[in-house]
Amino acid sequence: MAFPDRIERTVEIAHPPAEVWAALTTAAGLGAWFGQEATIDLRPGGAQVRWTGEGFTADMRVERVEEPAVFGFTWPISGLPADDPRRTYVEFTLEPAGAGTRLTVVESGFAQLHEDAHRKAYDGNTEGWAKELAELAGYLDAA
Amino acid sequence: MPPEGQPSAGPDLEAVAEQVIAALADPTRRVILAALASGGPATATDLADRLPVTRQAVAKHLALLAAADLVWAERGERRGVRYRLRSAPMQVAQQFPAALARDWDGPLDALQAHLDRAARAPATTPPDEPRGHHG
Repeated sequence: MAFPDRIERTVEIAHPPAEVWAALTTAAGLGAWFGQEATIDLRPGGAQVRWTGEGFTADMRVERVEEPAVFGFTWPISGLPADDPRRTYVEFTLEPAGAGTRLTVVESGFAQLHEDAHRKAYDGNTEGWAKELAELAGYLDAA
Repeated sequence: MPPEGQPSAGPDLEAVAEQVIAALADPTRRVILAALASGGPATATDLADRLPVTRQAVAKHLALLAAADLVWAERGERRGVRYRLRSAPMQVAQQFPAALARDWDGPLDALQAHLDRAARAPATTPPDEPRGHHG
């Protein structure tokens, strides 16, 4: 597939993993480099992170917390409607590299398709709202 | 990602997205799709009346869009063929520009700059919030 499902970046950072970890996983750290305000409840499974940035607010679900090596979360795909169920998975991996840290971020799932959308995209018939609205109109006409 | 050998459920996502992108690349088709999106299903005559496009050109483009499964042709009783926009292929195509629009380079630069600033800050100035665990 020529379009990316996955985005990956690796950067060398001249600070130890503990400092990088704090910048990624505390409200003070996140607020200082990503967005303006952040709240975080650092527990996997349903806990939320909220970043408020320039013109956006993203609600994230914490998925993996393995201090100080792996931090993973899912979040909505920006650019899609707010009620779109698709989310990408973002995982930060921190490895010691000399006195600093090798930080890798992988975001994956851009090429996913929600099952319902998949069905609708490939289904050749006219199921869905169009048909339901027509049925409603017919019902009202008959009544 | 599904394992290899997974039977394909239909045309692949990229083929669907390509149809959408090709349709959007043409200004007349953009106008027609925009009219169907904003005003709902319409016949070629309706669209030709509303748009600065001849009926012949509207009909030609609608036939192309229907062949690409981006609109549905619905046969009505009196009003002839009405064309309805299909939203599902648009939803498939949306994720590709979304991937291109995601910026990690800027945030990672900002992260480095933040850590450099924090390291250079004099130890006598306490940070606004104590470092440590929340909750």
